Amino acid sequence: MSSLTLAARDASTMLRRNLLHARRYPSLTLNLLLTPIMLLLLFVYIFGDTMSAGIDGGAADRSDYIKYLVPGLLLMTIGSTTIGTAVSVSTDMTEGIIARFRTIAIHRGSVLVGHVIGSVLQSIISVVLVGAVGVAIGFRSTDATVLEWLAAFGLLTLFALALTWIAVGMGLVSPNAEAASNNAMPLIFLPLISSTFVPIHAMPGWFQPIAEYQPFTPAIETLRGLLLGTEIGHNGWLAIAWCVGLAVLGYFWSTSTFKRDPK
Amino acid sequence: MPSSVMPTSSRADGPQPPAAISTAGLRKSYGDKTVLDGIDLHIPAGSVFALLGPNGAGKTTIVKILSTLISADGGQAQVAGHGLATDPQAVRAAIGVTGQFSAVDGLITGEENMLLMADLHHLPKREGRRVAAELLERFDLTEAAKKPASTYSGGMKRRLDIAMTLVGNPRIIFLDEPTTGLDPRSRHNMWQIIRELVTGGVTVFLTTQYLEEADELADRIAVLNHGKIAAEGTAEELKRLIPGGHIRLRFTDPVAYQTAATTLGEATRDDDALTLQIPSDGSQRELRSILDWLDTAGIEADELTVHTPDLDDVFFALTSTDTTHTNQRKETVR
Repeated sequence: MSSLTLAARDASTMLRRNLLHARRYPSLTLNLLLTPIMLLLLFVYIFGDTMSAGIDGGAADRSDYIKYLVPGLLLMTIGSTTIGTAVSVSTDMTEGIIARFRTIAIHRGSVLVGHVIGSVLQSIISVVLVGAVGVAIGFRSTDATVLEWLAAFGLLTLFALALTWIAVGMGLVSPNAEAASNNAMPLIFLPLISSTFVPIHAMPGWFQPIAEYQPFTPAIETLRGLLLGTEIGHNGWLAIAWCVGLAVLGYFWSTSTFKRDPK
Repeated sequence: MPSSVMPTSSRADGPQPPAAISTAGLRKSYGDKTVLDGIDLHIPAGSVFALLGPNGAGKTTIVKILSTLISADGGQAQVAGHGLATDPQAVRAAIGVTGQFSAVDGLITGEENMLLMADLHHLPKREGRRVAAELLERFDLTEAAKKPASTYSGGMKRRLDIAMTLVGNPRIIFLDEPTTGLDPRSRHNMWQIIRELVTGGVTVFLTTQYLEEADELADRIAVLNHGKIAAEGTAEELKRLIPGGHIRLRFTDPVAYQTAATTLGEATRDDDALTLQIPSDGSQRELRSILDWLDTAGIEADELTVHTPDLDDVFFALTSTDTTHTNQRKETVR
C-alpha cells in the first residue's frame, strides 16, 4: 500500500472512532445545537416584530425576518458545533490513548484529520437540523437554483472545515476541557456581532468595521445571496478567502502543535 | 567497587549479543532541571530488563524517549536496530508500549478498543476480529468486552491496556510501572503475563518501584537515581554490590552477650534482643574466618544466622540522597 493509501486508511479509522464517540455521547453535540435554535425562536417569536422593522426600511414583516435570520444562524450553528470540537480534542489529548497513537506506526496526522472530518460531518448534520427548524417555522428560499443550493452547501462545508481546523488548534493548546471551551468562545461570539441579526448599516458607525471585517459577515451575506437572491458583490470572494485562510492557518497551527513533544 | 557490574562500558570486551535496545549518553532536561544525565544501556534481545528507581528518578522519561513519544536532547539510541532520531516509524512498528497511565479509550467498549488497534495495525478485518477475540479471551475480558472501558476496574483496564499493546505482535514491549496500583492477585497475574511474553521471545523493558518485582522478573536490573544509572547487573550482582549482609549472633545468657559485645567491638548491638550483628558479605571464606575468630575468643552464641542483603538494601544504599554510592564495608545500611 502506498503511503497515501495508508494515511487515508488511518484517518478513516480515526474518523470511525470519533463518530463512535459522537454516536455514544450525543449530548455534547445536541447541547451545542440549543443555542442557535433558541436564538432563532427568540428572535423570530419574541423580538420578531421589532427586529423586522429594522430591515427593508420598515416594509418587512416577521416572515421576512425569518428569511433574514436563518442564513446567519446556520453559520452560527457551525461556530457552535466547533466549540464542541475544541472541547473534545482537548479532552482527547489528556487521555492516555493519544500517547498510544503516537507510539504506533500510523500516519501522524490521522488523529487530527479524523477529528476534523468527524467534526465537519457533525457540523453539516447540525446545520441540516437547524435548517429544518427554520423551514418548519416558515423559512423558504427565493427561487434558488440547484446550482445555488449546491454552492450554499459548499460554502457551509468550507466554512465548517475552516472553523474546525481553528477549533482543533484551540483544543490542542488548551490544557483542559474548560479552557478549550473558553478559548473557543469567539466562534460563537463572532456571529453575534456580525450581520446575523441586523444589517451592518443599521449599526453605529464606529462598530461597523468590527462587524464587517470578520469571517462571519461575508459568509452570511454570500449565503443570503445564494438562497434569497440578494446582492453578493465582493462578499463571495471575501468569504472564500476567509475560509481558505482560516483553514490553512488552523491546519498549520494544529499540526505543528500536535507534532511537538507532549508534556 | 566491583567493576564487572558497574559501568556498562566495561562489557565492551568480546562480541556483544544483538541488542534490542541500546543507548549511549542519552540526555534530557526540562528547563534547568536535568532529568536524564547520560544514560548508557545495552539490552539483549529476548531478555527482561528492569529499570528501578524512586519517584522522579527519570524512569518514565526514558520509556517516553525510547518509545518515540518525546525526543532526547542528546545522545544516541537504537531500538530494534533503528535509530530513534533517524527512523522513528520503524521503531514504532517494532514496539508496544503500556504507559503508566491507562491508554485505553474509555468512551468505547473493550472490544471496540481492540478492533481499533487491529485497524491501526492494518490487519485485515477477519484477522483483526480473530486477534481481538483471542486477546480478550486470554486476558479474561470476554465477558466485559461489550461494556465501555470507562466502567472497568483498575486491573481490568490494565489488562485491556496490555492486550491492546499486544495486537501488533511487538517484538519489544515497554511496560511503565505495569503493576502500580494493582492488588496482589492482579500483580501476580501481570507477572505471569510478562513471563509468558518472554517465553515467546519478546524483549521486555520494565520500570518499577517494586524491588520484588524486578527480582522476580528481570534478567538485568538498572538502578536509576537522579538521572543516572547508579548500578546495573543481575539481582545477585547488585546485592553483592553493597553492604547490608551480616552475621547475626543471638544469645540467651546476658552475661555471655555482654562478654561477646565487649570483645566484638565492630558489632552492632541490640541489648533488648541480646543479638549482635557483624557485617559480612556472606562468603564462605569470611564466614569461616569469623567462626575461627569466635572460637578463639571463646564466644559461644545460641544461634548464628547469615543474612544476605535484599534488593531493598541495594535500593536504599544506591538511592540515598547524601552519598551517591555507599560502599564502605564498615557501614551498616540503615
